[in-house]
Amino acid sequence: MTSPSNNMVVLSDLPEVARSRWSGKVTVSVDEGKRLVLVDCQPAALPEVCGWLFSSSYGFATVVIQEETAGWSLRYIFYGPQGSGLVHVTVGLPKDQPVVPSISLQVHAADWHEREAEDLFGLTFEGHPKLGDFVLHEEWPEGVNPMRLSFDSSRRYPHREPDTVWRPSPIVQSPGAFMMPIGPVYSDQSESAHFLLETVGEDVIRTILHLFYKYRGVEKIAEGSSVDRVLLLAERFSGTSAFAHSLAFCQAVEEIGGAVVPPRAQALRVLFAELERLRHHVAAIGGICNSTALAVATSQASILEEELLRLAGAATGHRYLFGLNLPGGLSLDLGGEECRRIAQSAQTIAGRLRELYEMLRFTNSFLDRVEEVGIVTREAATAYGLVGPVARASGLVRDIRKTLPYAFYDRLPSFSVPSEEDGDGWARLRILFQEAKQSAHIIHEVSSSLPEGPVCAPAPLRGGSALGWVEAPRGAAFHWVSVGESGHVTCYRVTTPSFTNWHGFHLAAEEFAFQDFPIILATFGLSNAESDR
Amino acid sequence: MTKWIWRGIRTGIKTTSYPLSPELASGVSPGRPGGHQGGDKSRLVIERCPTGALHLTGDQIGVDYRRCVHCFRCQRGAHSGIGWQTGYEWGSREEARDDDRATLGGAFQRSLHIRVVDCGACGACLSEIEQTNKPYYNMHRLGFFITPTPRTADVLLLAGPLTEHMRHPLSSAYNAMPTPKRVIAVGTCALSGGPFGPSFASNAGVTEAVPVDVVVPGCPPPPLAIIHAMLLLVGRAAPSSLHSVGPTEGRVTP
Repeated sequence: MTSPSNNMVVLSDLPEVARSRWSGKVTVSVDEGKRLVLVDCQPAALPEVCGWLFSSSYGFATVVIQEETAGWSLRYIFYGPQGSGLVHVTVGLPKDQPVVPSISLQVHAADWHEREAEDLFGLTFEGHPKLGDFVLHEEWPEGVNPMRLSFDSSRRYPHREPDTVWRPSPIVQSPGAFMMPIGPVYSDQSESAHFLLETVGEDVIRTILHLFYKYRGVEKIAEGSSVDRVLLLAERFSGTSAFAHSLAFCQAVEEIGGAVVPPRAQALRVLFAELERLRHHVAAIGGICNSTALAVATSQASILEEELLRLAGAATGHRYLFGLNLPGGLSLDLGGEECRRIAQSAQTIAGRLRELYEMLRFTNSFLDRVEEVGIVTREAATAYGLVGPVARASGLVRDIRKTLPYAFYDRLPSFSVPSEEDGDGWARLRILFQEAKQSAHIIHEVSSSLPEGPVCAPAPLRGGSALGWVEAPRGAAFHWVSVGESGHVTCYRVTTPSFTNWHGFHLAAEEFAFQDFPIILATFGLSNAESDR
Repeated sequence: MTKWIWRGIRTGIKTTSYPLSPELASGVSPGRPGGHQGGDKSRLVIERCPTGALHLTGDQIGVDYRRCVHCFRCQRGAHSGIGWQTGYEWGSREEARDDDRATLGGAFQRSLHIRVVDCGACGACLSEIEQTNKPYYNMHRLGFFITPTPRTADVLLLAGPLTEHMRHPLSSAYNAMPTPKRVIAVGTCALSGGPFGPSFASNAGVTEAVPVDVVVPGCPPPPLAIIHAMLLLVGRAAPSSLHSVGPTEGRVTP
């Protein structure tokens, strides 16, 4: 594995290198204003081009698939290290032969994206080792691909009767080995997901993950809906990171229509986004304490969580910050007094988190449970393209608030991205504490230098496509939005940090003692609503 | 360990006194639109509602709480000024069920075991359900407990529009419960499908798979509303209505 510094390709050199390496196979164009390189690529050269970008420390963001009347267009989006912008690699396919070489062998981060696209669009990714039922479960009728244009999303489809007799197909073959199913309805109150633990008693050898019990087809039901209606979906498909996702969607719509968001709205968006991050991290810290059955620490974190919910509720009307983002700005302005109160409360809560951290740091029984549990190495995190606090705990310093600054973040010079090297549960918990503290700091900084002016500008509706991105509480999120001439959304693609990080979850859930499973789950802190969409 | 015990004692009691006395802290509920005296602009306000929760009855704007998602589009922006109702006692009986069947009285009044099933919820409803079990609300003091298995549960607490993939697990959980059993549906999605259903992947709420007894509208309903629904189920609270009745501007419940 090469280190990111000596293999980096800066955006300005990229067209030259691509042209010389794949002459005749790629067409490269540069949009300086948007810091964007477009690489139109022939299918045969696709794995090489994508693999080259990925090994030059470009992160894989998403693949957007659009079915057009003439054929298929695939857009693989990569984002570079700080200041290097975005690269779109596009490929066209004939309508009747949707076959494209798989890039998963070069870009492992694209593995789940290709499996999802094969299942939902019916595309074939040549060379991918594992295609088949993924998003759609076995009871879904064979050969029906819901993301195709011809599929009517309002209609219901007769599902096959599920096979209720459970027959495990374990890989581990040894005396006493068995497979333990957990879920989809499990634990006290948890999101629906299904885990198969292959175990030989106390030690779990590996974990198999079945997700998408909560698949609501958000990307499909968005097609043909008005922008206002899709905003509702973007905000509510993952309620615990609602502000971040609605912000990404609004930024894409603003980019399409050319709306200029007023500076006060930009600053307040940062304030709300950090308030959401703070609440999410406090809840995640509480979840980790709960998974180790440390009751008082759980209560302490839960008290802070409810106080943050009440703070958001009192200031914005909604405890989860729903209904705030609009294309063009915000639906609500905050008074100076309210801003000061939010900043002050956030600081107080950061202080109490510090106390909690100091107590946890010296509680041996707690440290025994989280240290050296669920280790993800930096190499693995890089190969899987992990994002957010999970990646930063493994030394993969990637935060799109820094690399692709949006809203007000480029005017916040004093914030830095925390990172840890250990990659275990304790490192992930430390990252949560550090980021929570930083969020409180950013809230303070923004509220003390809030620009004056309106909080909403007119957002013209035009046809076009754009990508919106945010660093959601769990990591990088990308929303690709296409709006037709009639003002309706024609294509919507959401890539969430939970989807990205569930892909790498099995790395942490290998060779562990059975009682550590809830702790590994809690330190990953992922949401199924966010990943399943 | 003593430092944790000391820390716990020093924190004191945070728990709300509801239902003995109303909770007056700000930010415990998002509130919801109340009925409003319609003017000539009421048509414009109704058109802004993305879920079809608002309708005109006579000269008043009425609200169907099964559909309202607190998006504030009727309250903020031009021609606004719909009445906003604070409060949180939102639990209501499922209209189709008869009253005898809806409540679980007697032995269940102070010992109710609840199994939560996520039927495709976005996470906000689940988070609010979790809060009911945390220090500020602490439903243990009322005799309500979350149980890890449907086999020992008296009540299923359901959130989410019921995705197709959760239909079978939900039926299995319901069938595994001993009788008498009841179902509480939490949140707008569980009541009407919300923004997601009905569609190819989701249903129009959990009623499509299991019989529902008590419903709590809201997106998400605050923890106190969920506690109110549990109290209602065991006959310790009175039901609220699923429709706004008359102008309620300025009315504060409780």
